Amino acid sequence: MSLLSARNLSRSYDRAPLLGRGRPHRVLDGVSLDIAPGETVALLGRSGCGKTTLARMLVGLDRPDAGEVLFEGQSLARLPKARWQDLRRTVQMVFQDPVGAVDPRATVGDVLAEPLRNLCGLSPAEIRLRIAELLSAVELGPEAVGRYPHQMSGGQLQRVCIARALAPQPRLVILDEAVSNLDVHLQIRMLELFAELRRARGVSYLFVTHDLRLVERFCSRVLVMDTGRIAEDAPAALALRSPAGRALQEAVLPAWPLAGRLPPVGDLCDPSALADRRQIAR
Amino acid sequence: MIERALSADGLSPLHGRRFGWTAQIAFTLVALIVAVTAAGPWIMPFDPDAVDLVQRLQPPGPVHWLGTDHLGRDILSRLIAGAGVSLGSVALAMALILAAGIAIGGAAGVLGGRFDQAIMRTTDIFLTFPTLVLALFMIGMLGTGLTNVILAIALSHWAWYARIVRGIVLSLKHREFVLASHLAGMSRLRVFTKHLLPATLSQLLVLATLDIGHIMLHVSSLSFVGLGVTPPTAEWGVMLNDARQFVWTKPLLMLWPGLALFLSVMAFNLAGDALRDRLDPRLDLGHVH
Repeated sequence: MSLLSARNLSRSYDRAPLLGRGRPHRVLDGVSLDIAPGETVALLGRSGCGKTTLARMLVGLDRPDAGEVLFEGQSLARLPKARWQDLRRTVQMVFQDPVGAVDPRATVGDVLAEPLRNLCGLSPAEIRLRIAELLSAVELGPEAVGRYPHQMSGGQLQRVCIARALAPQPRLVILDEAVSNLDVHLQIRMLELFAELRRARGVSYLFVTHDLRLVERFCSRVLVMDTGRIAEDAPAALALRSPAGRALQEAVLPAWPLAGRLPPVGDLCDPSALADRRQIAR
Repeated sequence: MIERALSADGLSPLHGRRFGWTAQIAFTLVALIVAVTAAGPWIMPFDPDAVDLVQRLQPPGPVHWLGTDHLGRDILSRLIAGAGVSLGSVALAMALILAAGIAIGGAAGVLGGRFDQAIMRTTDIFLTFPTLVLALFMIGMLGTGLTNVILAIALSHWAWYARIVRGIVLSLKHREFVLASHLAGMSRLRVFTKHLLPATLSQLLVLATLDIGHIMLHVSSLSFVGLGVTPPTAEWGVMLNDARQFVWTKPLLMLWPGLALFLSVMAFNLAGDALRDRLDPRLDLGHVH
């Protein structure tokens, strides 16, 4: 059974003009998807095509106008209160904007303690231990515990958000552009961390992203969204290598501003290719 | 830039700038008034209610520093006792206003929907009338006396606070840090008390400080027209009313309570202004790290 599925999700927002009747603007239009345990799925699409709305609906932060989200086969609309805590423990999300995703008045320790206290019911001593583990997993020093968000960089905050999402040991993590503002070294470290969790505990991931390199390196299946619909659902290799995939890659998702003049993205791990890219970019 | 983005939410950039000299005077005066009020019973030279007809209408002198009133009561002692009544009633009214404003405005913002609409239309009704008219109306219904004056003032002011709390809650409740707390398994009440309420506090503090002077005047003016504190209790409005009949013969009798009222209201207003300048991010254009 799939861990989380969506069935025909639709959502529109009202656009109210000054005069006349409002026209509904359709953000999602009959979206269906399934995420199986241990699977890593990429959700690609242009800005404004409804990716973030879909991601929020999947974790139950937004409600669809029509259709339903199923958590282990059970609709979120009819989920009993106790099961919501299960859903929160099982499915976590990392938001797009790390600065907006942490309370400016809370320290990093407070931010990480929240899910541990509310979802895992740990004692204060256990929480302290677990926070130290989480911080070192995302390559932050133990001194980060007492820091406030404004004392940290965007990349550091993003890692705090990743640590928060991993805190309750979820089985599915939805990452909304969550590694895009990390430098390449840290991106690789975070992906290694995700891969390790996938191996050890069978964690699934849904990457909401623009970044094709990430898709090629890490994802097994690609969903491409366009104007509120799933336009393509294919294994990662096929989706990006087929002629249709190529066309989409160039038209919808310019991964790199100089893409035409640079070696293919697949060679990124090759140091000499990387040096070439740097040279050309200069 | 991050700093700027943060302060747009009503965060308090409490660092970097100093208070000006007017603000320092205002804070000193406020501290003095609060200290005198707190130490009142121990520093009063005489019993504020002790009538001594032999000593009536004395000019200021070495025994009675500010003189005595028409019943021979020491004016300085009565001013100090009056400060307690004024500040005490203001504190009580403000506590009621804040409690009602935060609870009702917070519930409207967090729950939204029809409940929010109902609450907001109710506040609209309260906001339509000038507070003094509304307070007079309430006293007409509730009856006179200090308790009813405090209740009436609270009832005529809570709507402003409720609107502010609701506005801030609405602007923040779809922000990602609030959503993240929901994902962390926190209940709506806990999200409100932990994340939303602290964001409203700086604005509430400013509004409350600015309103203290206003409410003090309310209490005194209602006592002056005989609806609030009743004689012989020492209260500045009551003292002004007592002194009214001697305004031509002993104008000093009216000066002292008037001056006390003027200084306290001014001190609280200036302190409120200073806090607003300091905490209101929109006035904080020079503050970029």
